[in-house]
Amino acid sequence: MKKGKETLAVTAKKPGRPSILKTARKHWMLLLMLLPAILYVVVFSYIPMTGIVLAFENYQYEGGIYGSPWIGLQNFKALLVSGKLGMVTRNTLLYNIAFLLLGIVFEMGSAILLNELVGKKFKKLSQSFMFLPYFISWVVAGAIMYNIFNYERGVFNHVLNMLGASSFDLYNTPGAWPFILIFLKIWKQTGYGSVVYLAAISGLDQEMFEAASIDGANAWQKIRHITIPSLIPTMMILLLMGIGNIFRGDFGLFYQTVKSSALLQPVTDVIDTYVFRLLINNSDIGVSAAAGLYQSILCFVTITICNKLVKKIDPDYALY
Amino acid sequence: MTGKKHHGRKMSKDTLAVNILGYVLIGLFALICVVPFYLIIVASFTPEASLIRNGYPLIPTEFSIESYLLCLKNPVSILKAYGTTIGVTVVGTACAVFIATMTGYVLSRKDFPWRNQFSFFFFFTTLFSGGLVPWYMLCVRYLNFKNSYIGILLPLMFSVWNMIIAKSFMNGIPSAISESAKMDGANDFVIFIRLILPLSKPLLATLSLFSALAYWNDWYNCMLFITDENMFTLQYYLQRMLGSAEAMRIVAEKSGMALPSVPLESMKMAMTVIATGPIVLLYPFVQKYFVKGLTIGAVKG
Repeated sequence: MKKGKETLAVTAKKPGRPSILKTARKHWMLLLMLLPAILYVVVFSYIPMTGIVLAFENYQYEGGIYGSPWIGLQNFKALLVSGKLGMVTRNTLLYNIAFLLLGIVFEMGSAILLNELVGKKFKKLSQSFMFLPYFISWVVAGAIMYNIFNYERGVFNHVLNMLGASSFDLYNTPGAWPFILIFLKIWKQTGYGSVVYLAAISGLDQEMFEAASIDGANAWQKIRHITIPSLIPTMMILLLMGIGNIFRGDFGLFYQTVKSSALLQPVTDVIDTYVFRLLINNSDIGVSAAAGLYQSILCFVTITICNKLVKKIDPDYALY
Repeated sequence: MTGKKHHGRKMSKDTLAVNILGYVLIGLFALICVVPFYLIIVASFTPEASLIRNGYPLIPTEFSIESYLLCLKNPVSILKAYGTTIGVTVVGTACAVFIATMTGYVLSRKDFPWRNQFSFFFFFTTLFSGGLVPWYMLCVRYLNFKNSYIGILLPLMFSVWNMIIAKSFMNGIPSAISESAKMDGANDFVIFIRLILPLSKPLLATLSLFSALAYWNDWYNCMLFITDENMFTLQYYLQRMLGSAEAMRIVAEKSGMALPSVPLESMKMAMTVIATGPIVLLYPFVQKYFVKGLTIGAVKG
C-alpha cells in the first residue's frame, strides 16, 4: 500500500523536480549560507514594505506602526494641500534627466578620448585625477563648495575681484543652482562612470579597427561608426537603470550643498529632501510616509514600464 | 588599445587631431577634478589672519600648521571620531564583503535549483521599497538604533548590487571546481572559503573598496541615529564643524580659547583634509583590481 502511494507520488511529479523538503535537505548548507542575506532583506526591506500602512494612519507613539488609528487618505490630502508635491517631483525629474543625459555624454566622451590618447602616462595620471571626486563624501564636497563659493572668502569671488568684477552671492541666487548641482554631479561621477565604457571599448575586436583603416576610414569615422555603436548596449543598461531611479533624488548632493536655505528650495528641493524634512524636522510621520509611498510607487511604475518596453524592443537589454 | 599601432610611425593628420582634442579636453577635466583638492590643502596651511584678510587663497603665500596643531592639540573628539570611523569601516567592510560573496556564490551555483527564485527575492527590493519613513521607524522604535554602533554598521552591511556583482563574477568560475570538490566530500561552505574565495581576489578587492568607501564616507546613518557626540563618525563630525556656530562651540569648549581667537576658517579646511586623506590614499593600491572588478560589475546579473 505504502509502496503504491510512493510510486504514484513520483509519477505525478515532473521528472527532475523533487519535493521542496527533499531539495531543502539536499542543499541545507547552501540555504544556511543564504540565511544572513535573507534575514537582512526581510528585516530591512520586506518588513518596512508592510510599514507603508503608516501613510494611511495618524501615527501615535503608543499605537506604533501597526496599531495607530486609520485615517484613510487624509495624509495624502495634506500632502496635496501643501502644494509642494508637484514642485519637488518636477525638480527630481528634471535634475535626474539632466544628470542622466549629460552623464552619458561626459562618461562616454571621456572614455572614447582616453582610449585614443597615445601618451600612456598622461592617460593614467588624468584618469587617477578624474577618480578623486568619486572617493569623497558629499560632506567633503560641501566643504569644497564652501571654499570656492563662500561670499566673503571664497576662491571664486577672489578671482572675480582680481578680474575687476564684483562679488557673486551664490546662496542668494537661486537661478544659478541648477548649473552648480549638475556640474557637481558630473564632476563627482564621470571618472567612475567612464571606466565602465572604457572596459567595453577595450573588449572590442581590434580587427574591426584595422579593417576600417585598410578601407581608408580616418580616426573620426572609426569613432563614429565603430566605437560609439558598440557602446550602445552598455549605454542602454546604464540608461535603463538611471530611468528606473529617475524619481529618486541624490539626497547627499542636495542636502550637503544646499543645506537648509528656504530661499533656494524652489529650485533645489527634491522628493528625498522633502520627505526627510517632513520626517526629521517636522516629525510629520503620516504625511512623510505618504510622500515616501508616492515616490516608491512612481519608481516602481517607471522601472516596470521601462523594462517592459525594452524587453519588447530587444530582450537582451532588459534588466530582469 | 588602438593607440598601440601608432608607435614607431608618423601619426596621420586625423589621429593627431583626435589626440589634440583628447589632451585638451581630458587635461582640462582632470584639472577641474583635482584643483578643488589643491585649494582645500592650500587653505588648510594658510594662517587664519591671512584667510580673514584675503579669503581662501588661490596660490600659497604664507605657511602655517596652526590649524592642524589645534586639531591635534585637543584631539579627544577628533581622535574619537577617527577611531569610530576606522572601527566601523573595518568591521562593516569585512561583514559586508563576506555576506555579499557568500550569497553571490550560492546564487551562482548551477546545481542549486532555487537560485532564480532567490535572486528575484533579493532583486525585488531594488524595484520597490517602503520608503524612508517605515524603515526609519522600524530602526528607531523596534531595533533601538538610537545611539548604538549597530545603527551605523547594519544599514550598509548588505547591498543587492554588490551581491549581483559577486554573483556575475562567480558565474565565470568553472562550475567543475565546486562539483569535483563536492564529489570528494567537501561541504559547500568549505568549498566557498577554501576554493572559491582564493580565486576571487579582484572581486574581493572591488567589493572591499565599495564597502570601505560607503562606511568611511557615511554621515547619513550617523545623522539619523547618533546624538551622542562621543559616537560621531568622522564625516558627521566634519559636517557639524562646517556649520560655523557649531564649530565655534566645539572648538572653544575643547580648547578653552576665547571665541574670536579660534582659527575657524583654516580649521574647517584642515578637518576636511584629515577626514578625506586616508580613503583617497587607499586608491592607488587597489586601482589595478578596481578597474578589473568594475568590468565584472558592468555585466548584469
